Amino acid sequence: MSSDVRFIDFKSDKQPTWCPGCGDFGTMNGMMKGLAETGNHPDDTFIVAGIGCSGKIGTYMHSYALHGVHGRALPVGIGVKLANPDLEVMVAGGDGDGYSIGAGHFVHAVRRNVDMSYVVMDNRIYGLTKGQASPTSREDFETSTTPDGTNQTPVNPLALALSSGATFIGQTFSSDAQSHAEVVRKAIEHDGFGFVNVYSPCVTFNDVDTYDYFRDSIVDLGETDHDPADRDAAMERIMEGGTEYTGVIYQDPDSVPYEQREGIEGSMTEIPDGAPDDAMDLVREFY
Amino acid sequence: MPDDLNWAIGGEAGDGIDSTGKIFAQALSRAGRHVYTSKDFASRIRGGYTAYKVRTSLDRVESVVDRLDVLIALTERTINENMDELHDGSVIIYDGERTSMQDVEVPENMTGLDVPLKRLAEEAGGAIMRNVVALGAACEVANFPIEHLDSSLSKRFGDKGTAIVENNQQAARLGQEYTTEHYDHAYGYDIETTDEDYVLLNGDEAIGMGAIAAGCRFYSGYPITPATDVMEYLTGRIDQYGGKVVQAEDELAAINLALGAARAGARAMTATSGPGIDLMTETFGLVATTETPLVVCDVMRAGPSTGMPTKQEQGDLNMLLYGGHGEIDRLIVAPTTVSECFWKTVEAFNLAERYQIPVFLVADLSLAVTEQTYPPDAFDMDAVEIDRGKLVDDDEIDPWADEQERFQPHFPTADGISPRTLPGTDGGAHMTTGLEHDSLGRRTEDTEVRVEQVDKRQRKVETAKTEEDWSSREFGDPDADTLVVSWGSNEGPIREAMERLAQNGIDIRFLSVPYLFPRPELSDAVEAAETTVVVECNARGQFANLLEQDVFERVERINKYNGVRFKADELVADITDLVRPQEVTTQ
Repeated sequence: MSSDVRFIDFKSDKQPTWCPGCGDFGTMNGMMKGLAETGNHPDDTFIVAGIGCSGKIGTYMHSYALHGVHGRALPVGIGVKLANPDLEVMVAGGDGDGYSIGAGHFVHAVRRNVDMSYVVMDNRIYGLTKGQASPTSREDFETSTTPDGTNQTPVNPLALALSSGATFIGQTFSSDAQSHAEVVRKAIEHDGFGFVNVYSPCVTFNDVDTYDYFRDSIVDLGETDHDPADRDAAMERIMEGGTEYTGVIYQDPDSVPYEQREGIEGSMTEIPDGAPDDAMDLVREFY
Repeated sequence: MPDDLNWAIGGEAGDGIDSTGKIFAQALSRAGRHVYTSKDFASRIRGGYTAYKVRTSLDRVESVVDRLDVLIALTERTINENMDELHDGSVIIYDGERTSMQDVEVPENMTGLDVPLKRLAEEAGGAIMRNVVALGAACEVANFPIEHLDSSLSKRFGDKGTAIVENNQQAARLGQEYTTEHYDHAYGYDIETTDEDYVLLNGDEAIGMGAIAAGCRFYSGYPITPATDVMEYLTGRIDQYGGKVVQAEDELAAINLALGAARAGARAMTATSGPGIDLMTETFGLVATTETPLVVCDVMRAGPSTGMPTKQEQGDLNMLLYGGHGEIDRLIVAPTTVSECFWKTVEAFNLAERYQIPVFLVADLSLAVTEQTYPPDAFDMDAVEIDRGKLVDDDEIDPWADEQERFQPHFPTADGISPRTLPGTDGGAHMTTGLEHDSLGRRTEDTEVRVEQVDKRQRKVETAKTEEDWSSREFGDPDADTLVVSWGSNEGPIREAMERLAQNGIDIRFLSVPYLFPRPELSDAVEAAETTVVVECNARGQFANLLEQDVFERVERINKYNGVRFKADELVADITDLVRPQEVTTQ
């Protein structure tokens, strides 16, 4: 069944309400392609979406999906995956959802290394609330709530991930359709937590981190001699200022997913009609 | 009287008070005696004062009393803390060779047994066993056959090897023998044993066991007193049934992990206490509007804020009834005894799936930490029934799909309960959201659809109200003038108080309320009574306020909020005071 799934099967009949030109269109297309190319089916896929423009993605895609509370998408996704490892779980959100209100969950999801993927649409702005600073906004970025700039160092999500024990870190540019889809596919295929930060420009509220800016600044690591298995090299790239690297920045080839380490073998959804056969043993334990 | 015994061991946190107390309680239980335990404990790892108290009788015991017969005092403070409960004839076992205990003076009306606990323990193999030496001495004082203590020590240390078990049994022997040799053998206690078969467990353990019995396979939580025991019980055990416990980074994650597992189709639960409920409140609305079956357990402790983490209170009622912005549909069950902790947990899971709704399972610290004896069939696993509600398989989807063959997870049925497909079901793919949504689970701001969905969710609760049994547990004289109403762990002490009140000529009708929403209809009972008294562990009378709203009548209140559970003794006095103010009894 899954072999003939096309990426369009992951698209719902609902038309996106994102602004024309929004980076999220390209991000979503890559997610759908990645899911289809890895042989997944909408009925066996669970998408969890956060809050913000990016959070609308669950509505525009076709699968089992939950659009939850701001910042809490990752715990929901982990819960889904652990309860039924047979499902393909993908979590999607924005920079506010993942690196501000949900930053704590991000760190711990990375540490836990559950076999799932996490795609963050990073536009360095709060779009849905009409243009306030985000955790990845530049220090001198002026917005309605930061008229003199944020005066704070932007979060470096890749550094945060790597220092938290990430086993897969990818970064893509939403308009670079082919390589974006390819990195997402690799994140899905990765045995563990596949994290992809996507430069997904906001054409309405961010006039600094624009398509032109990214086109001029991006260096595709796939075209260099970067070895994704080299953690030190990855850290060097990640901490470098000024260059926006895309591609698979780090992948631990020996990653073992949490559920495997924990001995979770199958779905937890099937249960008997009554207490388990040997349940009286639980009572006898208290003798 | 001589057959009842109120026993305690007290010392500093870190002295092994808890495990020693549990060993003695288990020995009594294995000797076919009823046991009821309580703990005075502090939120610290070392120091301070902590005690484990055991009340034992041949009859069921449901409360602590203001009486202490035998006390093992590892510190002087232990004696001072319990002075009110000690009496003529109390026996205090202590180690006069301990530097800090050298100047201890046991009151003249009591018997002090100075037993070199540490020295004898070293003789048996190690100072660490000094508490067990004291248990041996206590067996002698209580005239309790030491073989039952042996049996309990085997249970406690069995997995550490035969040598450790035997050393401990030897330590107990030395304590017993020293007491026989050095003191008169006539303390007035004679602890009879029976062939009754009992198990000994606390409310948290009963909740955990109920969860496994009910098919819960996913538990996520963040450690918090006094709910951690639920998590620790399930850890390892739930794995044997294909499940898993996940320790979350905080309670926000804990409830969202459980929500995810529930959306995937597992029976899932999280448990916490007040501060954790505060955080989880963020997600209550999402659980409710997405119609996700989820059990959220709150083991209440004294608040607000960090409050008194190791003390009893029933202060979260309003929070659980009303917590969260907007109007959140929920069901609330609240067990009143340790065994009911088991059965209400099973019920909570069935309600959650039958109505696709968050179910709050509310216990209090007193229930959670009290170890009580029950015959094993009080937890008859054959009586556990599981109802997963309106689960729809791939061949049953058609009637619930729209004209474009899209499955409708929020279809507004007559009873308000929609069909439910689990992820992986072919043709059942759907989204849902915390935004108001249509029957497809997609965001809408359509005014008619909004009303349709709000009404549908409310209709579910109405269906639950008529389809389920929300009645009280009734005790005492149904025609009595005085009606006592309570909830949670107060049931035990109230029942014991009633027996004594009846002996004093005061008959009581007692309704113990195990459902907070929906809850029993009490108008007729309140109207029929001359006086209605609500007993609860909080200052503001949260349940009393609720009852007054329900029945349009004023009620009397007995509130306790010093952090200590109700005792039967004080309830006898308080209720007598209310019913016959002219003859106040002070027990």
